Amino acid sequence: MNPGPRAAKPPHFDVDRLIDDRRIHIVVTCGSGGVGKTTTAAAIALRAAERGRKAVVLTIDPARRLAQSMGLSELDNTPRAVKGVDGEAGGSLDAMMLDMKRTFDEVVEDHTTPDRARQILANPFYQALSSSFAGTQEYMAMEKLGQLRARPDWDLIVVDTPPARSALDFLDAPERLGSFLDGRLIRLLGGTARAGGRTYLKLLHAGFNVVTSTLTKILGGELLKDVSTFVNALDTMFGGFRERAEQTYALLKRPETAFIVVAAPEHDALREASYFVDRLSRDAMPLAGLVLNRVHASGAAGIGEEQAVAAAERLEASGGEHTLTAALLRLHADRLKVAARDERIGERFSAAHPEVPVTRIPALAGDVHDLDGLRQIGSLFDAG
Amino acid sequence: MGDWEGVRLHVVTGKGGTGKTTVAGALAMALAAGGRRVLVAEVEERQGLAQLFDVPPLGYEEQRVASAPGGGEVYALAIDAREAMHEYLAMFYRLGRAGRALDKLGFVDFATTIAPGLRDVLLTGKAYEATRRRTGDRYAYDAVVLDAPPTGRVVRFLDVTTSVSSLARVGPINRQANSITDLIHSPRTAVHVVTLLEDMPVQETADAVAALQAAQIPVGAVVVNQARPPHLAARSLPAARRGRLDHHAVLAGLRAAGLPATDDVVDLLTREAADHAERTALEKTQRALVDDLGRPVYELPRIAGGIDPTALYELADTLAEQGAV
Repeated sequence: MNPGPRAAKPPHFDVDRLIDDRRIHIVVTCGSGGVGKTTTAAAIALRAAERGRKAVVLTIDPARRLAQSMGLSELDNTPRAVKGVDGEAGGSLDAMMLDMKRTFDEVVEDHTTPDRARQILANPFYQALSSSFAGTQEYMAMEKLGQLRARPDWDLIVVDTPPARSALDFLDAPERLGSFLDGRLIRLLGGTARAGGRTYLKLLHAGFNVVTSTLTKILGGELLKDVSTFVNALDTMFGGFRERAEQTYALLKRPETAFIVVAAPEHDALREASYFVDRLSRDAMPLAGLVLNRVHASGAAGIGEEQAVAAAERLEASGGEHTLTAALLRLHADRLKVAARDERIGERFSAAHPEVPVTRIPALAGDVHDLDGLRQIGSLFDAG
Repeated sequence: MGDWEGVRLHVVTGKGGTGKTTVAGALAMALAAGGRRVLVAEVEERQGLAQLFDVPPLGYEEQRVASAPGGGEVYALAIDAREAMHEYLAMFYRLGRAGRALDKLGFVDFATTIAPGLRDVLLTGKAYEATRRRTGDRYAYDAVVLDAPPTGRVVRFLDVTTSVSSLARVGPINRQANSITDLIHSPRTAVHVVTLLEDMPVQETADAVAALQAAQIPVGAVVVNQARPPHLAARSLPAARRGRLDHHAVLAGLRAAGLPATDDVVDLLTREAADHAERTALEKTQRALVDDLGRPVYELPRIAGGIDPTALYELADTLAEQGAV
């Protein structure tokens, strides 16, 4: 196969150098669903801890057995020490799983009187909002990150990002939710119900009128009442949501933050990764590199794919004597085919983003569900 | 006759990365064979179907994307909440242009954010409409395949009544949600779950099947995707796994085939075999868990070179051979 003009090899992404850099305090792993983002985040945090960092990993939705291996047997919004971490280098590892609703509740409770908080927490609109997936989870992941950063307990926070529709949701959702909660429409809805007469008239624009009447028709007046009660309770509570979202956004832009994009050698995953890389660069956010996960490598046997298939066919045709070798050659050809495809897809990404350092994690035969597995992934960062 | 006689709406879900869009496309092709018309719709604005069928990005109009053997046709559609909302406003409130004007005020974003279930009602509502649409005295589509959100969100997505009833207790949205609910809980719907033979996807599949059953939504098949061809005979697997294949036999085989016969080559092939055997053992365990779910299981091979429209025909055939249609 002729790959055409040889693509320049992308710079190697040195994960160890990143986690050893004491100026780095936040590592964010992003990528589309199913690429091994959570496992990568956990592996980085464990490796950092065993290389002397006081690390905490904020995971979103780890596989049950992975969660168990980190001592997270149930949904838990509090960081807890992970047992079995080698602390010889002076590091430690805590882990927590984001509970979106609980985090939102805490934000409310921390910023208002108990009475008001109860009122908000009981509001049906708040309940729908705080448990819906459309943006709230991303917002709360950011919120939690802000909280963890404000505490002195850790010098490295590794954040896994929610399994969003697109990788960009993680960056956009908090702002979207913030604008929504601070938006004119919602303020108006709060105002209409509260003021009835004069304020209503003052705020009344023809457009808004159509909006409110359409909303009433579609969703019913009851929901609008819930919204306005919620907005009024919120109004007196604390500085705008948008402002908070912007603060966290600013935190992500600081040089203490490093983004790691995780992808599998699949077109979809790398396309998402591409969008994300472009976006980070546009927003001047610090991208550390790409972890290309589950790459099938081809061993250097000196036997090409076609050669292996042809040989296997010959052996099969010549009777049953060499079935084992024939099977091994078929297996080898299959691996070469997959490896070549992985290579091609990876190269295409690097051709479009030659500046992005890449580390490759070979596909493992088994699943990762304990600290040893995470450690193994961690040691592969180096080899890629 | 296939396993899903009488099913008009096929919902396809699966953990992220299991290839549910590919399976949705292949199922649509399989269902279209023999001169039928099938619509496949996506709801997550990913344009996964356009990539799969190798056509330009899909819009809100149904578009013919492939022909199936025997004169069948596959149409595709990317359902967009905003467009669905406009259509809905036009239909129920005769708000044509005014509906678009509302957009300038951020109305659609607002309405779908304020009531997260509303978005899902609009998205599933479009699929529901397509299943019922008639041209003349026959259905516009013989079947509709919905490329749905991943397993973690699918029950919430489909169980629209629950998600809107607490918000919109009366009114047209509520009525619409009730009609969708009737279809989704009826034998005219089947929710198929796509999995890989790996720990996490299988676990999520089991969770999804349980959640669907609890919500009384009919579970269809479990589709095992990217299954590996069994290269080694079952009897060789234990030895292969321990790296104890007959070194000399392999060496002799290489010689007989006229290939470089060195210890290094044999070692590499042996290591690859060990990997393969470990993988096979893992898959066997996971396969048993899948079988325990008590659903029809279809198995699709891993296409080493990647999925293109030609591969879709192959996958569709495989589904048909196993009884899916």
